[in-house]
Amino acid sequence: MNKPVLPDDLITDEDGPLYAPRKKVYPQSVSGRFRSIKWRLMAVCLGVYYLLPFVRWHRGLGAPDQAVLIDFPNRRFYFFFIELWPQEVYYFTGLLVLAALTLFLMNALGGRIWCGYLCPQTVWTDLFYAVERLVEGDRRAQIKADAGPMTAKRAGRRVLKHAIWLMIAWWTGGAWVLYFADAPTLVRDLATFHAPVIAYVWIAILTASTYLLAGYMREQVCVYMCPWPRIQAALTDEWALNVTYKYDRGEPRCSVKKAFDIRALGDKAGDCIDCNQCVAVCPTGIDIRHGAQLGCIQCGLCIDACDAVMTKVSRKTGLIGYDNDINVQRRVAGQEEIFKPVRARTVVYAGLIALVCALMLYALMSRTLLDVNVLHDRNPIAVRLSDGGIRNGYTLRFLNKRGFDRVITIDVDGPADAKLHVIGADSVTPDRPMIVLARDTTTEMRVLVTAPFDEKAEKSVPVTFRVTDIGLGEVASATDHFVLP
Amino acid sequence: MSEHDEIDRVSGRSTTGHEWDGIKELNTPLPRWWVLTFYATIIWAIGYWVVYPAWPLVSGYTTGLFQYSTRASVVTDLADLEKLRGEKMAVLGNASLADIEKDPALLALARARGKTVFADNCAPCHGSGGAGAKGYPNLNDDDWLWGGSLDQIMQTIQFGARSGHAKTHEGQMLAFGRDGVLKKDEIVTVANYVRSLSGLSTAPKFDAAAGKKIFTENCTSCHGDNAKGNPEFGAPNLTDKIWLYGSDEETLVETITNGRAGVMPAWVGRLDPVTVKALAVYVHSLGGGK
Repeated sequence: MNKPVLPDDLITDEDGPLYAPRKKVYPQSVSGRFRSIKWRLMAVCLGVYYLLPFVRWHRGLGAPDQAVLIDFPNRRFYFFFIELWPQEVYYFTGLLVLAALTLFLMNALGGRIWCGYLCPQTVWTDLFYAVERLVEGDRRAQIKADAGPMTAKRAGRRVLKHAIWLMIAWWTGGAWVLYFADAPTLVRDLATFHAPVIAYVWIAILTASTYLLAGYMREQVCVYMCPWPRIQAALTDEWALNVTYKYDRGEPRCSVKKAFDIRALGDKAGDCIDCNQCVAVCPTGIDIRHGAQLGCIQCGLCIDACDAVMTKVSRKTGLIGYDNDINVQRRVAGQEEIFKPVRARTVVYAGLIALVCALMLYALMSRTLLDVNVLHDRNPIAVRLSDGGIRNGYTLRFLNKRGFDRVITIDVDGPADAKLHVIGADSVTPDRPMIVLARDTTTEMRVLVTAPFDEKAEKSVPVTFRVTDIGLGEVASATDHFVLP
Repeated sequence: MSEHDEIDRVSGRSTTGHEWDGIKELNTPLPRWWVLTFYATIIWAIGYWVVYPAWPLVSGYTTGLFQYSTRASVVTDLADLEKLRGEKMAVLGNASLADIEKDPALLALARARGKTVFADNCAPCHGSGGAGAKGYPNLNDDDWLWGGSLDQIMQTIQFGARSGHAKTHEGQMLAFGRDGVLKKDEIVTVANYVRSLSGLSTAPKFDAAAGKKIFTENCTSCHGDNAKGNPEFGAPNLTDKIWLYGSDEETLVETITNGRAGVMPAWVGRLDPVTVKALAVYVHSLGGGK
């Protein structure tokens, strides 16, 4: 019989509170290949974000000339040559599907490179860290200052840091609202305090969120809040390239001098000199030598740090690099490294991306710019006329998605000898009313269909309204029913 | 109590002293932020009582320092709305009825205004869609007692029918039976004759010649020689398929015996001129008028 387990048996000296307090991360500045890639991507991302609202795109008279604009009051979304109406919001669904698949493909190729290079949380946190180092000094200076007493100089620096942070955060919120109104006008209105209150409210909200997320939450967002690391772990495979400490090469760790001695004896010494530079530069404060872990955003800054050290001690660089466990095992076994960027997973993702792109492009190219909806009168549903004929009333709503006015005619297909009358429309020919549709809007008209008296008429027959653009020949139609009283 | 001071080995926190099957409950007081938020809501509520209406009194209520009232704010909102509409309604007031119908924007505006006013004022008799009922004309068809042009419709809305207004439409169906002008069998005969005018079936022993004679002597002065009616008197066309009260013999006999004089009130003075105009355009648009 097994001995029963008592609660006290489970308690060891290593047990502690379930929640560990956060240890502040002081990432050290570093330079190298991945750092410069990160700087450039940051410049591109922030540049696009801050400047895109100011890009102009001519659409003709009366239409906004902002390249990217979400026009809520008029219910329009503009993206360069594309103009979407609210009922076409499914294009955004397609865009989200595309974004998800791209994320999956990136993950299959290079793990969490999204997290390390492109995620807004990373980009802004990186920027805030840079500001912090600029004002308060590098890692060591900051640690020393935080451990020491609060002096006037230190307080001054801290105030300066927060002021710069708040300014960046304010600009972040400021740029956000520019996507929802004409940017130059809104900038002027904001400066003269004439902008709508909602603009200031959103700037305040985004200023606060940027300041808190990039200034205080930082790596905790990645470790505790973000769902992607969890999903990513389920989606990844053994071939994906992750930032990896090549322990086959690094272990056993020893000092430069000791390694020299060991190698002089002809034994194998690890390349890792345990200088902890990889830990010092890590923006999430982890030790990459513990292997792949939740906190690692795969930004590659530890690679830069390690390469610099390896160069100094005259060893080959790349002790930490984008690699996977398969290659570590192969090197241990004395085999060639292999990389498989092209494999079933990546091919399927790429194929799906191409498919969704093609579908969206097709949908975009073939979308109708003229449409009509019909609504039958509810009360009365049918009217008997003095000669015994029957009349049904309808409301037609025309959608003209083009940037210019157009003239349409309406034909009706339904009960025999049906006549069409459009309230308020000039009739060029008696039975073929012509209507001018104003550009980029909907027009609603009341339409009467009259059928002569017919004893054998069915109680309800389908009726189709066909709308034809006289100039362009575009056609749209809508079907309802013609009923007897 | 000493057991309350027991410190849990794992978490380093004190316990409440409660124990179930060897499991002890940690002492976890409400977080301070929560308690402070709770007190803040109490203070907020007291402030709310002071500045907003809060407590019912025997007659009335505490109005609060802000003197806020939802009723007053609705009144203000309605005034603002009228001001907002004023400009557009002025355009409507200056345009002629025909021009309103030709301009899509004005037509839409007039129809929107007309529709709400119709629902508030006209629907009780004419029905929400203007389909009418017995004695109340259907406004969607092509049969108009007092004329179906825009101007005629507007005139009818303004002054009504038999409304007592100086300019109202006059004329009524006389009570031929009750006043002793026609005898009962004559009434039945002429009722059958009227049915025959629009091709409806007649009684088997019906004398058409006698019916025609009675009709010519009594009815043509209003309904016309050809019985097609006269909008001057609101006399309906008796040859078509539309019957305000009904076309069966019994109803016709009742009509001829007791007469008919449906009343439509005058709306001038009750509705402002622009609204009447919008209403006329709306009613005309229901079935295209005549």
